[in-house]
Amino acid sequence: MRRVALTANGTRHELEIEPRELLVYVLRDRLGLTGTNVGCDTSSCGACTVLVNGESVKSCTLLGVQADGMEITTIEGLAQNGELHPVQQAFHDHHALQCGYCTPGMVLAAVSLIDSGGATDEDAIRLGLEGNLCRCTGYHNIVQAVASAAGVAS
Amino acid sequence: MTATETTARVIGTSVKRKEDASLLRGRGTFVDNLTLPGTVYMVVVRSPYPRARINGVNLDAARAAKGVIAAFSGVDLADEWVGGMPCAWPVTEDIKMPPHYPLASAEARYQGDGVAVVVAESRALAKDAAELVEVDYEPLPSIGDISKALADGAPLVHEDLGTNECYVWKLESSDDVQAAIDAADVVVTRRYVQPRLIPNAIEPRGVLAQAGPAGEVTLWTATQVPHILRFTMPLVLGIPESKVRVIAPDVGGGFGSKLDVYAEEYLAVALAKRLGRPVKWTEERAENFVATIHGRDTVHELTFAAMKDGKITAVKSEALCAMGAYLQLVTPGIPLLGAWIYSGPYEIPNYSVTFTGVFTHTTPTDAYRGAGRPEATYVLERTMDALASELGIDPVELRRKNFVREFPHTMASGLTIDSGDYHASLDRLLEMLDLDGIRAEQAARRASGEAKQIGVGFSTYNEMCGLAPSRILGAIRYAVGGWDAATIRFQPLGSVQAVVGTSPHGQGHATTFAQVVADRFGVGVDDVEVLHGDTAVSQQGMDTYGSRSLTVGGIALFHATEKVIAKARQIVAHQLEVSAEDLEFENGTFSVKGSPDRTMTIQAAAFAAHSAHNLPDGMEPGLEATAVFDPPNFSWPAGAHAAVVEVDTETGDTRLLRYVAVDDVGNPVNPQIIDGQVHGGVTQGIAAALFEEGAYDEEGNLLTTTMATYLVPSAAELPSFETDRTETTADNPLGVKGVGETGTIAAAPAVINAVVDALSHLGVTDLPLPATPERVWTAIEEVRS
Repeated sequence: MRRVALTANGTRHELEIEPRELLVYVLRDRLGLTGTNVGCDTSSCGACTVLVNGESVKSCTLLGVQADGMEITTIEGLAQNGELHPVQQAFHDHHALQCGYCTPGMVLAAVSLIDSGGATDEDAIRLGLEGNLCRCTGYHNIVQAVASAAGVAS
Repeated sequence: MTATETTARVIGTSVKRKEDASLLRGRGTFVDNLTLPGTVYMVVVRSPYPRARINGVNLDAARAAKGVIAAFSGVDLADEWVGGMPCAWPVTEDIKMPPHYPLASAEARYQGDGVAVVVAESRALAKDAAELVEVDYEPLPSIGDISKALADGAPLVHEDLGTNECYVWKLESSDDVQAAIDAADVVVTRRYVQPRLIPNAIEPRGVLAQAGPAGEVTLWTATQVPHILRFTMPLVLGIPESKVRVIAPDVGGGFGSKLDVYAEEYLAVALAKRLGRPVKWTEERAENFVATIHGRDTVHELTFAAMKDGKITAVKSEALCAMGAYLQLVTPGIPLLGAWIYSGPYEIPNYSVTFTGVFTHTTPTDAYRGAGRPEATYVLERTMDALASELGIDPVELRRKNFVREFPHTMASGLTIDSGDYHASLDRLLEMLDLDGIRAEQAARRASGEAKQIGVGFSTYNEMCGLAPSRILGAIRYAVGGWDAATIRFQPLGSVQAVVGTSPHGQGHATTFAQVVADRFGVGVDDVEVLHGDTAVSQQGMDTYGSRSLTVGGIALFHATEKVIAKARQIVAHQLEVSAEDLEFENGTFSVKGSPDRTMTIQAAAFAAHSAHNLPDGMEPGLEATAVFDPPNFSWPAGAHAAVVEVDTETGDTRLLRYVAVDDVGNPVNPQIIDGQVHGGVTQGIAAALFEEGAYDEEGNLLTTTMATYLVPSAAELPSFETDRTETTADNPLGVKGVGETGTIAAAPAVINAVVDALSHLGVTDLPLPATPERVWTAIEEVRS
């Protein structure tokens, strides 16, 4: 077991974890942050995307011990004071989610894309979200939502 | 309550989804998010071989491993099963239906066939221990290719059956189909291979089972069919339905793959009973590729017979259809779901369809989005273009010439389409498309010999969905009915519960159904709570698949509102001391004809119904009604789609430039949700055309085992879609048609027709599915050499 300290959604946690535990399972099983979903074993689908120090990371590609000292934002930490984050609100307004399973990862990937200045137009948004798979929406409304939240035309 | 404030109709408006509030905040109730005190974790050990004799299973090391509670082989659990896992659709009298148990005991018959289970205190410990299970496999000859599985000497999937042929099913309009073909001016016959598709809902399957001391069982499962699953429990486990509660919590997509009853559901219940602890199983993606059903895997030979003027006189289809190694819930029936629409939206008087079901050493097939209808539509719409080319007629005009024009229309296949206007959809499509502009651009590129060529492809389709009239299901040997049920319950203070027998997994029932109820009652959408997916909460329903929820469940809901309004009317009439006939009901308020100031809201009637102080003599207190609706006909959406592609003739790479879809799905309840269904459906059709293939080698080894090799498209591979609707009113009280599968049915042939069109000047006439860059490049090289 290894001792790590990480901050999740503004709360600091000190944990004893196995070195082999993936960050996504630390979040889900140790911290009860089940909003971060697991969709594949191969870092293909992006359902488990979280923000690590503000940047989107597939939390199945990181070991929990590697997150020592880092600040994690999961979907549960995105809304502030009960108000949806503008990207969450845009997803709602544009019907950018159906089953909702890819949504937490997709929203966080979009937040990171917008914050990094990468959501400059529709093509850039499509390319920027390439690592997050959605099986329900065909991405049309996701792209609309992200463009709207980013304030660019789509 | 907002009854008096609500004046606008809410049917037909894009009400924002009620479902989003929890899903957007990461508060979804997906099965893997649920845990009970004392939960233990199950891992299934699966055969790595397509076929192997199981000479023994040594569980000693696994049982001794850290954290392990128990481990069992198929033999160990054989006594748990009172029967095999059910197949509900024996399509012919002499169909071969091999027994299928949750774990294989003597022989594994596909990669992924379960042979043992391990249960431990944590997921990780269960996985560790599963590695220690020693199975003595003796690999045996196997077959993965349906086109070779019926040959003499082919390895048999079930030796005792003596054949890999599961069934032969035939539908003919008359004995004269061949005569019509012989009499035609032009006969076009084409062969099409449609590969396996692996549904890949982003949420893998998952199960959590709890068994109580009195024999009661609760099962949370990522399923589309909680009600159907419940009534299989007596058949497999001997547990009466009355003791079983199945809950489908938030379900992360299904597309047919969760329209099934699976080994892990019975295993988890059996082990929860044995061990006295809740048992949880979460499918990994690698397991999902082999342990969850696949779709498609068919080989068709399709013949069109036509006269010189383009009028099609006969259609004949013969197809081999993969069953996989076993029959799952509706495996044999999937081809039949397309069997009646091999004439598509066209009037074709002579009709012959034959399906041969074939066993191979592969994962069982079953419903995948569209189920039978994409297969039919693909071969039809591809052959339509081939016939157009043969006749020298424009493919759009050929389609128009053959469209059904008058409705209701009884097809040569025997079923009757209630409504449609196929020209209207095509007209609108052409308005949006600028076909002249595309053709001019195409001509210019061809003339200049550019490497990047463009093409446009069409697909005009119709669809039979809304499963389904129970009598017809019975006539085609489906084991159960196709009705659905809904209960509407006014609470004393005026909010409404709508309890439905359908079970959504992304479709937005909580919103759409609330709109239907709110519209009828003149209350706010937020005043209506839709409850679903829990067999202890709703009466028996028939669940969600086949674009049936609104067209069957929604109509049940409509009829329940009628019953509630009728009872409320009696209460109001009694309280206002008028006759019921003298009351008008509008926007949630009853008013006396001629005395508009004498009113009572339906919510006031609900309170009166519950206080029961002043009800008509003999009336039961409460304001609640249940309706069960068995549809008299299928639902018949239709439409016209077009794809515009750019193909790099030097690399074979295809880029989809535009996708335009015009659909007639009847009266829209929530246009935004409908558009979302179309977008998603179209994407799965595009994926089948260009990206996705579940590839097996000849022995049945799956070659595409991860999302890195099975290419579920991302946003980067797709354009934004251009969609619109034309409307004809379906023959039901809401005028609605199904929409969940339209896009998938229409899209694949539109895209391939476009790619072939882009390359037709080079001499390319067909492409294998999916049309990957390598295959497109190879096709170009073949015609050039």
